[in-house]
Amino acid sequence: MEFATTTSPHSAATNSVTRVMAEVLLALVPGIIALVWFFGWGVLVNIAIAAVTALLAEAVVLRLRGRPVLATLGDLSALLTAVLLGLALPPTLPWWLTVLGVLFAIVIAKQLYGGLGYNPFNPAMAGYVLLLVSFPLEMTRWLPPAGLAEHVPSFAESLRLILSGGLPTGIGWDALTGATPLDQMRTGLDMNRMIGEIRQSPLWGSVGAVGWEWVAGFYLLGGLYLIWRRIISWHIPAGMLGGLFVIALLFNMVDANTHPEPLFHLFSGATMLGAFFIATDPVSAATTNRGKLIYGALIGVLVFLIRSYGGYPDAVAFAVLLMNMAAPTIDYYTQPKVFGQRENGDG
Amino acid sequence: MSELQRPIFNFHGGLDLPGHKAESTSAPVADMPLATRFTLPLQQHIGEPDEPLVKVGERVLTGQVIARSAEYISAPIHAPCSGTVVEIGEYAIPHPSGLQAPCIVIDSDGRDEWAELPAPWPNYEEMNPAELRERIRWAGIVGLGGAGFPTSVKVNPGPDHPIHTLILNAAECEPYISCDDMLMREQPDKVLAGLAIIRHVVGASECLIGIEANKPEAIAALQLALEHSGCPDTHILVVPARYPSGGEKQLIQLLTGREVPSHGLPAEIGVLCQNVATAAAVADAVLAGRPLIERIVTVTGQGVAEPGNFRVRLGSPMNQLIEQAGGYTAAAHRLILGGPMMGFALHTDALPITKAANCLLLASQAEAPEPPPAQPCIRCGRCAEVCPALLLPQQLYWHARARDLDKAQDYHLFDCIECGCCAYVCPSHIPLVQYYRYAKTAIWSQERDKAKSDIARRRHEARLARIERLEAERKAKLRKKKEALEAKPKGRGTDPKKAAIEAAMQRVAAKKAAQAESVNTQTDVAGQTGNADPQSPEA
Repeated sequence: MEFATTTSPHSAATNSVTRVMAEVLLALVPGIIALVWFFGWGVLVNIAIAAVTALLAEAVVLRLRGRPVLATLGDLSALLTAVLLGLALPPTLPWWLTVLGVLFAIVIAKQLYGGLGYNPFNPAMAGYVLLLVSFPLEMTRWLPPAGLAEHVPSFAESLRLILSGGLPTGIGWDALTGATPLDQMRTGLDMNRMIGEIRQSPLWGSVGAVGWEWVAGFYLLGGLYLIWRRIISWHIPAGMLGGLFVIALLFNMVDANTHPEPLFHLFSGATMLGAFFIATDPVSAATTNRGKLIYGALIGVLVFLIRSYGGYPDAVAFAVLLMNMAAPTIDYYTQPKVFGQRENGDG
Repeated sequence: MSELQRPIFNFHGGLDLPGHKAESTSAPVADMPLATRFTLPLQQHIGEPDEPLVKVGERVLTGQVIARSAEYISAPIHAPCSGTVVEIGEYAIPHPSGLQAPCIVIDSDGRDEWAELPAPWPNYEEMNPAELRERIRWAGIVGLGGAGFPTSVKVNPGPDHPIHTLILNAAECEPYISCDDMLMREQPDKVLAGLAIIRHVVGASECLIGIEANKPEAIAALQLALEHSGCPDTHILVVPARYPSGGEKQLIQLLTGREVPSHGLPAEIGVLCQNVATAAAVADAVLAGRPLIERIVTVTGQGVAEPGNFRVRLGSPMNQLIEQAGGYTAAAHRLILGGPMMGFALHTDALPITKAANCLLLASQAEAPEPPPAQPCIRCGRCAEVCPALLLPQQLYWHARARDLDKAQDYHLFDCIECGCCAYVCPSHIPLVQYYRYAKTAIWSQERDKAKSDIARRRHEARLARIERLEAERKAKLRKKKEALEAKPKGRGTDPKKAAIEAAMQRVAAKKAAQAESVNTQTDVAGQTGNADPQSPEA
């Protein structure tokens, strides 16, 4: 009897790129629900616009590159990029900016480098930084969290705002939007106010800011799920949160009036999202275990430095992109000793 | 018992795989009836191929040596039956590429008449190791766990590497395979006897039997046999069932906590590993004088009707063995020699069973699914987590793919044991092991080419040097001659013999001149040639 042949191993675990991406998307759901809860439907509108743009852009480029279109879209990586970028955008952002950011992420940052697996930079963060640098005003128009807002836009109002720039009747930009907590902290410190004073505002919650700290908490939950499911390893989140915590603690111990406590840093801005969902993007991160710790820790340190001394209130996107550049070098110098080269316990 | 006190160490990575052992262990080992035709490849071991010692048409007896090699790293082949050699030629052998290789084909006469065998050595302890090694060598024993390395060579690590620990590799970690398990259940005494013989040969002070926890029957049988045998310092150590615990280096680490040096041999840390079936074969060779002409083969998988273990004469056709196991089921989809992780797929069942054939896995579509198309590596690092050699499989993959062979070697390509864990967990379904095999063979062929061109270069350089040397020698000779001649006028006085000759010639010339006073012209010519000859030829 004749048989077809394949190479060993002849069986495999039921694992796939699609499953990995789907698990990450699933882990984002609690955080997204919290975002929508506190910041309205605009978040979902952004994600939807980003998702449609990403899938279309990826399909067109794959077609041009002569690659299988449906099979590749099915790996869900473009969708994940879109969701990560979409939820990082202010829920008031004009639709064409979202489209621009996603196009840059998918076409330039991902496909022009060769598609999934070949991009040196995190595509979502590349798109985000492009928008932040080019459209700083639009990119900082966040809504205040529900409960503090004068007016929470309805779904229809969010849609109109994003698609046509039309504000709800009788409400101006100033009334509708507010600075993010990190922005407020930064502005306050720049005006030589003490942390204690700044934190008098009703904006602040128990560790971070109202609303934001819950979102961060749900990202943390999703991230722990990913670690439990072995989709990501603990090294990068631990490195990044640890690095940020330690350096923030040091500065806080030196001068608590001008440096917020470490937990504030952990639960503000994109720290949690970055630690579990952005910095852990395996394609653009370091890959050895020691390397991942170093990579994560340096992102944490950069986040602190840029937040404290840089030109932007939040820093996760910049820190991740900067460390993306360093990842190959980190990998090279952190190769593990192979079997038979480690210290032998002569017994 | 003492095994409870000894710690079991850990190795990095590995996989918890479904064992699938029960399918083939429900019935005792069955004897496969003698086939009518046997095909024996001349190379069933690592090392030099054997030369046939028989001719077509010759009658052979069971156990008779029919092929051997003069090289050290080799193992002879014995006739598995009595009968007639009908052909010596190229036949398909069990090889991933479907390769053909020289084989001896014997038609059995069905009588199974044995050749005269060497004397059994029940008192082997009085023999010296060299004699025992020679017996093991004669018996044609190779590593029966699948490696096929000649055992007589392995048990002779040389005086630089004294062996203190002998390990019996009873892990049998690959799913589906159960031939060692069944052998230990049914013949634990023989296995222990073989172990004791090898121990005597290498002079080990202790024996460790490493066995996976998923074989309770075998463990119990070994324990009972061990109590009766009274082997001193022999311990049964139960290791967790985690693939690849049966990898030589992994098992050594599990049992001793020590790592075999990268690119090194276990002997360098005083350890020697032997497989269960190999030990039993050694016992047969020494205690019964029987050569290796049969082995236990597991036939299993959903593609075969009655999975089980069979005692098979080497050279038997696989298709008859499968018939013996109830034949194919409709689910038969792939034929794998060895296990699902490291075995290789065969394109046909018209192949002989060889010494290293431990398992025929008739896998169904579900057991060995068609690999899905490979997707790009997303560098998730699962491969590095499971790699028992602590490699970075994805970097290796990038470099192998880019044909950057130097880089691949920098990333320790040759420490890869091809266990397949990385490819098993890869979410992108990249055939990683295949890339490593490719890179290894590419490097080997590069090295062969380099060796060849080195030889050519050395030859060329040697030729140039030889020409130069001959030229120099010729010139030196001429120079010496010239110097000697130039030195002559001064040295003439010191050499009375030459002076005498010279004087005699002058006298002759003078005489001639006087004689030929009348023929003037001729005298001049004679005088010139006479003088010119001993002088410089260039003049």
